[in-house]
Amino acid sequence: MQKDLTGYRGKALDLLISSNVEVGSLIEVVDEETRYEGVLMPRYELADDEHIVVKLQNGYNIGIKIGPQTTIQQIGSGKKPKYQKPSIPKSRPNLPRVAIVSTGGTIASRVDYRTGAVRPALTAGDLYAVVPELSDVAEVKAEILFSILSENMIPKYWSKLARKIAQIVKTGADGIVVTHGTDTLGYTAAAMSFALQNLPVPVVLVGAQRSSDRPSSDAATNLLAAVKMATGPIAEVVVAMHKGLGDETILIHRGTKVRKCHTSRRDAFKSINVPPLAQVREGEVEILVKEYQQRDKTRKLSLKEKFEPQVALIKTYPGIDPRIIEFYKEKKFKGIVFEGTGLGHLPEECFPPIKDAISKGVVVGMTSQCIAGRVRMTVYETGMDLLSMGVIPLGDMLPETATVKMMWVLGQTKTPEEAGKLLLENLVGEIAKRSVAEEEAFDEAGL
Amino acid sequence: MKLDYKAIGLTVGIETHQQLKTRHKLFCNCHPDLSELEPEIRFLRRLRPTQSEMGQVDPAAFFEFQRGKTIVYEATSDTSCLVEMDEEPPHNLNTEAVDICLTIAVMLRARIVDEIHVMRKVVIDGSNTTGFQRTAIVAREGTLEVGGKSIPIQNICLEEDAARKTGEKGMISHYAIDRLGIPLIEVTTGPVIHTPEEAREVAKEIGDVMRATGKVKRGLGTIRQDLNISITGGAIIEVKGVQRLEDLQKVTRFEARRQHMLLVIRNELRNRKVIEKNLQEEIVDVTKILEHSNCKVIKDALRRGGVVLAVKIPSFGEIFGLELGPGIRFGTEVSDYARFWGGVGGIFHTDELPAYGISRNEKTDLMNSTGCKERDLLVFVADERERCEEALKAVVERCKQAIDGVPPETRASTTEGTTRYMRPRPGAERMYPETDVPPITIKRERLEKIGQDIPQMPRDLIRKLTVVYGLNKKLADQLSDSPFLDLFETIINETSLPPALVVVTLTETLKSLRRDGIPVDTLDEKEIYNLFLLVDSGRTIKEAIPDLLTWISNNRGRPAEEAVRELGLERLGDKQLKEIANRILDENPRISQEPLRRSRKILLGLLMKEVRGRAEAEEAIEVVNRLLSS
Repeated sequence: MQKDLTGYRGKALDLLISSNVEVGSLIEVVDEETRYEGVLMPRYELADDEHIVVKLQNGYNIGIKIGPQTTIQQIGSGKKPKYQKPSIPKSRPNLPRVAIVSTGGTIASRVDYRTGAVRPALTAGDLYAVVPELSDVAEVKAEILFSILSENMIPKYWSKLARKIAQIVKTGADGIVVTHGTDTLGYTAAAMSFALQNLPVPVVLVGAQRSSDRPSSDAATNLLAAVKMATGPIAEVVVAMHKGLGDETILIHRGTKVRKCHTSRRDAFKSINVPPLAQVREGEVEILVKEYQQRDKTRKLSLKEKFEPQVALIKTYPGIDPRIIEFYKEKKFKGIVFEGTGLGHLPEECFPPIKDAISKGVVVGMTSQCIAGRVRMTVYETGMDLLSMGVIPLGDMLPETATVKMMWVLGQTKTPEEAGKLLLENLVGEIAKRSVAEEEAFDEAGL
Repeated sequence: MKLDYKAIGLTVGIETHQQLKTRHKLFCNCHPDLSELEPEIRFLRRLRPTQSEMGQVDPAAFFEFQRGKTIVYEATSDTSCLVEMDEEPPHNLNTEAVDICLTIAVMLRARIVDEIHVMRKVVIDGSNTTGFQRTAIVAREGTLEVGGKSIPIQNICLEEDAARKTGEKGMISHYAIDRLGIPLIEVTTGPVIHTPEEAREVAKEIGDVMRATGKVKRGLGTIRQDLNISITGGAIIEVKGVQRLEDLQKVTRFEARRQHMLLVIRNELRNRKVIEKNLQEEIVDVTKILEHSNCKVIKDALRRGGVVLAVKIPSFGEIFGLELGPGIRFGTEVSDYARFWGGVGGIFHTDELPAYGISRNEKTDLMNSTGCKERDLLVFVADERERCEEALKAVVERCKQAIDGVPPETRASTTEGTTRYMRPRPGAERMYPETDVPPITIKRERLEKIGQDIPQMPRDLIRKLTVVYGLNKKLADQLSDSPFLDLFETIINETSLPPALVVVTLTETLKSLRRDGIPVDTLDEKEIYNLFLLVDSGRTIKEAIPDLLTWISNNRGRPAEEAVRELGLERLGDKQLKEIANRILDENPRISQEPLRRSRKILLGLLMKEVRGRAEAEEAIEVVNRLLSS
């Protein structure tokens, strides 16, 4: 059987192979001066080939340099980690049924203290073990759909996820929770909002900014709130993530209006241009808005899961080279969303290729890199010029949501005229009719 | 009671934690200082035992989590950033801190590891916002000579200091996170220490070695010792957080005695043939018996809807009253368990009755209704039912442990030099790699560079200061403890000033100015050096030093030379002195009419009054003697 020597290469790998040991072996390392005893650990793939990593008896890892005199001998096999599978708590009668679909990330995981590896916890049993309080909220069923890092998400997977959710809705589940890596969580939330219209029950996306192997992880509190929300009254695609630095409140954001606004904070997700829909505090749901789609299990879901992947999001900047636009046109992209400056502007050098692209049937939409606010292209001449070329002003839609919508729209229709019409229509709350001067909403966005 | 430590087999190992003096914290760029501002940021968190620890995790921590323990962290942005709040990944390991550790490792003749790996040590009491402490082994297997004995140094670790607990109310603990992330070195000795005095000596020597680098912090709270203390037939007790050397000795003494007494109790219980099976968690409700009691605690508990629950502890009569140390009885230990596990205020037991408003009749009723005989003990608690149950379970558990003698525990040291139960000892430490911080390879060039700059061991240093510079032991000690050792040597090498003057200035003078509220800690070493040059060259005199230091401290960034000018403390020449003396004589013609000795004395007094700080006394005497000669 192949020995596990994860991460080792070159000199270190040769020595380990010739010493006939593997990760997890209890070994003795001896050279001219020193003698170490410990369990062989895996090595980071990008580290050098001059050291081996050993876990000493006191639990610490150290790197030991391999010299010409170094010898390694196995003196025992390391203790295998004991993992006792927890028993699933007895389901209580009359609890709502919530399905948890995992797409990857490690919202629920446990550490293998032998190797330091983080292993995903993916069965319902694992989930109950990580978050035992779940059994008070709902009868949970869990399944793995993907095991990918969210930066590797592609539109094809959105279609697959949408079909999976539609299938679960058919089984009569009271709500669905999707666990997702946070990097592209906002995009997927928008994609599900367009693909799953007329939802009878809530679909709640949830992630964690601190991995769940740490005691301070936000995964469990977010997950609990997401499951609670999945049993709640809002039958829309929403995102459940922390509000602020503390653990007491989880905000519920509309899937088309949410954005990751911080690289690392727990409260990275903000509702942009609108207030959040609800919050979960001490296990109770508190609705913060008047208008939302009520839960109604008799409502018939409309599944429209096709996305056109040939869509680009281009952010403009001083000195942008117009050939970038030509490139997409030549590569036969069907749609382009611009993150323009201010109210929705691009430098005039970009006008010719845009005009050309539109005339060739490329659908072009405009959002603003200001993130918060609405584009208005009639105020300045540049905007008027772009409008007259056929650039579509996308209101207060987030650039990310607009990109997803462009993919979805072009998955539904092939004609630019119809695509343009759909883009301007508010389908699932992606365009707010009014920009409310809500101090709090603005603060919330951290802007 | 005097204990024969050898006979009881006292064994102590010391872990010394010392804050390093670095420019910033271990994993971020915050100042490594405690904040003096009011907290401006507060947030509430819960720490959850991670899955692999279920059943194996520090059971107390898991228990507290289940009970809903929450933590409120307090921060100010002058000393904490998102890293301490666990809202941003750690930055790279502070190389300045690594170098200080390497220096100390060389001084302790330890083997430096080839590659430093940062680990996460799981701690979920709230003292770390992450739920783990970041720690790394830098070196192993060193030695230190103390009193002619070679003390093995097991490990030298570099770790982040924890948050400061600022309070606790019910299930909410408060922590200030300014201290979190300050670099700490941890030096662990082998368990080879056998008396309290030796523990103190070893700890002092380790502290001296670290201070000799000049790169560790000073003052209370910057150094803390944990002790691992055991006696033959007992278990290892980990005592946390001893801050002063005197306390270290006291704590060791207390703990040896406490453990010894627990073994005495064990023997007594064995004589009484008490076995675990006799101790059952048969909890009975005795609310009815005490419902009209005059006991305030019970009345309050019942008014709040609580109950009084009791458990019989057979054959434990008189055991709870046995003293383990000053003010601590076996009953105190049991009560600490009840408080910790049940969250109750304390326990009652029948041996101490009648008391606390509980009557003799009530005691008799309690004993009879629960079938307690003369030698049995009834323990009872008044609180919410669930708390009472948890508390009494803990009571039974602690009594069971008494049959085996000393239960392994983590205990906290108190300011009185005793120890109190803190939590059970964690099992094998839960450590896993800190994958956010890449390992550091220790290159040979780096070690060579560090090797060139190794401070002298404290012992050698004191010898040098006394032999080479002729300082007395007291001044040598003061200087070796001060941050100005290098400055001292520079001044001595470049001036002809007497070493004692320089040492006294650098230690006692600064200390007394500081006491007077002069901001001497802002002094720039270069200005102190310049000041000594001015004295050496005769621009000013040594008597002017305190005034000049005061001025320089109060006028940061301005040169010593300016201080001399501003204060008019230029040294007077012989001619000027003479002129002033003659003028005084002119103005006071009666002086010359006095007898010689008296006239010299009066003139000297008036002259010194006028030239104080500008002329040495010897010179003034000479001038006076010359003017008024017989």
